[in-house]
Amino acid sequence: MSDGPRVALFVTCLVDLFRPSVGFAAVKLMQDAGCTVEVPEAQTCCGQPAFNSGDRKDTITIAKQVIEAFAGYDHVVAPSGSCAGMISKHYPELFADDPEWSARADELAGRTHELVSFLTDVLGVTSVEAAFEGTVTYHDSCSGLRELGIHAQPRGLLDGIEGLHLRELKDANVCCGFGGTFCVKYPDISNNMVSNKMERIVATGAETLLAGDMGCLMNMAGKLQRDGANVRVRHVAEVLAGMGDEPAIGEPQDGQG
Amino acid sequence: MNVHSTSRNFKNNAKEQLANADLQAALNKARGHFVDGRSTARDNLPEFDALRDQARDIKNHTLEHLDFYLEAYEEKVQASGGHVHWARTAADAQQIVLDICRSVDAKTVNKGKSMIGEEIEINEALEAAGIRPVETDLGEYIIQLRGERPSHIIAPAVHLTKNQVEQSFRENHTELDPDRVLEEPPTLLDEARTILRKKYFEAEVGITGANLLIAETGSSIIVTNEGNGDLSQLIPKVHIVLASLEKIVPTLEDAATILRVLARSATGQEFSSYTTLSTGPRRAGDPDGPEQYHVILLDNGRTDMLGTEFEEMLRCIRCGACMNHCPVYQSVGGHAYGWVYPGPMGSVLSPGLLGVDEAGHLPNASSFCGRCEEVCPMHIPLPKMMRHWREREFESHLSPGSARVGLGLWAFVARRPRLYQLATGLQMRLLSWMGRKRGRFSSVPLARGWTKYRELPAPQGRTFQSRWKSGERPPMRNGA
Repeated sequence: MSDGPRVALFVTCLVDLFRPSVGFAAVKLMQDAGCTVEVPEAQTCCGQPAFNSGDRKDTITIAKQVIEAFAGYDHVVAPSGSCAGMISKHYPELFADDPEWSARADELAGRTHELVSFLTDVLGVTSVEAAFEGTVTYHDSCSGLRELGIHAQPRGLLDGIEGLHLRELKDANVCCGFGGTFCVKYPDISNNMVSNKMERIVATGAETLLAGDMGCLMNMAGKLQRDGANVRVRHVAEVLAGMGDEPAIGEPQDGQG
Repeated sequence: MNVHSTSRNFKNNAKEQLANADLQAALNKARGHFVDGRSTARDNLPEFDALRDQARDIKNHTLEHLDFYLEAYEEKVQASGGHVHWARTAADAQQIVLDICRSVDAKTVNKGKSMIGEEIEINEALEAAGIRPVETDLGEYIIQLRGERPSHIIAPAVHLTKNQVEQSFRENHTELDPDRVLEEPPTLLDEARTILRKKYFEAEVGITGANLLIAETGSSIIVTNEGNGDLSQLIPKVHIVLASLEKIVPTLEDAATILRVLARSATGQEFSSYTTLSTGPRRAGDPDGPEQYHVILLDNGRTDMLGTEFEEMLRCIRCGACMNHCPVYQSVGGHAYGWVYPGPMGSVLSPGLLGVDEAGHLPNASSFCGRCEEVCPMHIPLPKMMRHWREREFESHLSPGSARVGLGLWAFVARRPRLYQLATGLQMRLLSWMGRKRGRFSSVPLARGWTKYRELPAPQGRTFQSRWKSGERPPMRNGA
């Protein structure tokens, strides 16, 4: 194996459960960049649903479990700005008053990254070996954009892909209406937000919509499909890894099961 | 005093407003104007972000020494011949206003825009006492004609279309020619101006709000774009300033720093058209000004926020940038929030002032997209504080039972990696098998909140973790 950094993949619940291909794409991208990738077995979820519901006790229990499961790796990487942001920005807040866990939370936060920005900002990747035919547009997921400053990184890598044409989405920085439990607690408002987003997506004329977070992707894909819009939806990692021929989110799996 | 709030009904309010075509048209029109305006103003001022940091630091310092600066301010106001009244509650503030009005036998009160006036429901109190309040800010005047409340803290009538305003003017200004042309906004503005101009001379008392209070000089500041505030406070015999006590800043220089971020964040202007400082009543030799100058300092729950996780909310300068950039506010408008303060700042402040049992929906109705914090000129961590309200709600068992059960079940599984892998492994295989032909579901029991408006994508098959465990790996790069 390579002498590169030893990276733990935090696969995130939605990728684990709904779209494992994003996990394999993430592993491929990091291996291609020289990393040794492992998948710690004790992982479940980062605790965000509990955290954002005001359930601090369960959040702390889950966060401690994550801190232990990911101890000792050079880096921890998640194919999600939201889950990476939870660990790198909110865990330190959560344990600020806990002398025993505070240092451990800070230490994990310092080596936890979102996948695409890890490739570009930490590993210095400037291009990927992938081909993709077609016009795509890109939605900036809120946590990645505002908590982690992810904006130029995915665009930079996509730009270098042969055959791929990137068309900017108007209001790409406006929330798609997912917001975790928000979308089921306030479905009417969430629907208004995702409807506005859909209008913008369709207006680009792009055949494919990309983003870096499964929650937002499932929300937008679900809305586009419900309203019969002809746009395919994928996680950006799949395209970057050259795995863009996988059936898109919400499309039939060709009899697999 | 009974507080008139419908925050408890936020969900239904929101549903009604989403179906309100006039509101949706009005919101669509205003949105771009505010967002682009702020963005341009920020880009044109290289030191904008440095000013935001300074503004935050000024307010943090002031809040740490609030008692000192308020007492210093009171002394300066008294030295300039004015009066300071301390009001612990909204009812206290109402009573003080009524007492002052009665002391000069007031029949009419002119009002500049004041959110504290809304908070203490001063118009209702004046009317009940037989005194006529006249709103002089154009937006406030329009909604007063319509018997409505403001839906935005700086643009009170932003929920209305031009046609609705025209209709209200025709219904109310019956003394004017019914065939007059009123189609364009300038004609509406001219008409309001003509009508209001006469009223300025009828009032015995003028009430304004305050954007800032200055401890160093004992001055109050208002910023307006119509000049109505100046006429409201200069012409009548008595000027009453309604202000909440966190409006205080130490010096004139500090006020100038905050003013530099205020209008830019609010409307995108470099400065509002009028910035008016008031220091005491008319002095001998002054050409104009009121005979009496009163400041009412309202607490109404604010000092209870000091020293808590909500203290930072007291930095708010009421620019409205958070609601202008909030996708939830932009979906439902300000009235859905049910009380005086809408949008993200209201979602933090209202539970503090009304109680979390009344206003608990507000901090929950956020996708935590973080845009409010991003644009807040005072760097108020609004999402974090909304989360703190959710924690208070959760701890006091106020959150809905069904949500607690669902969350509890999920957390039970998430705390047990083996159970998680077993349960999700089976579930996902089943779901995937059921959805394999279409790749998605249009209706799923227990996920109706989702499938009411969207399809639910089917899982690809086995979970990532189970596939990884059985040795599956991605294809390696050629030659690697």
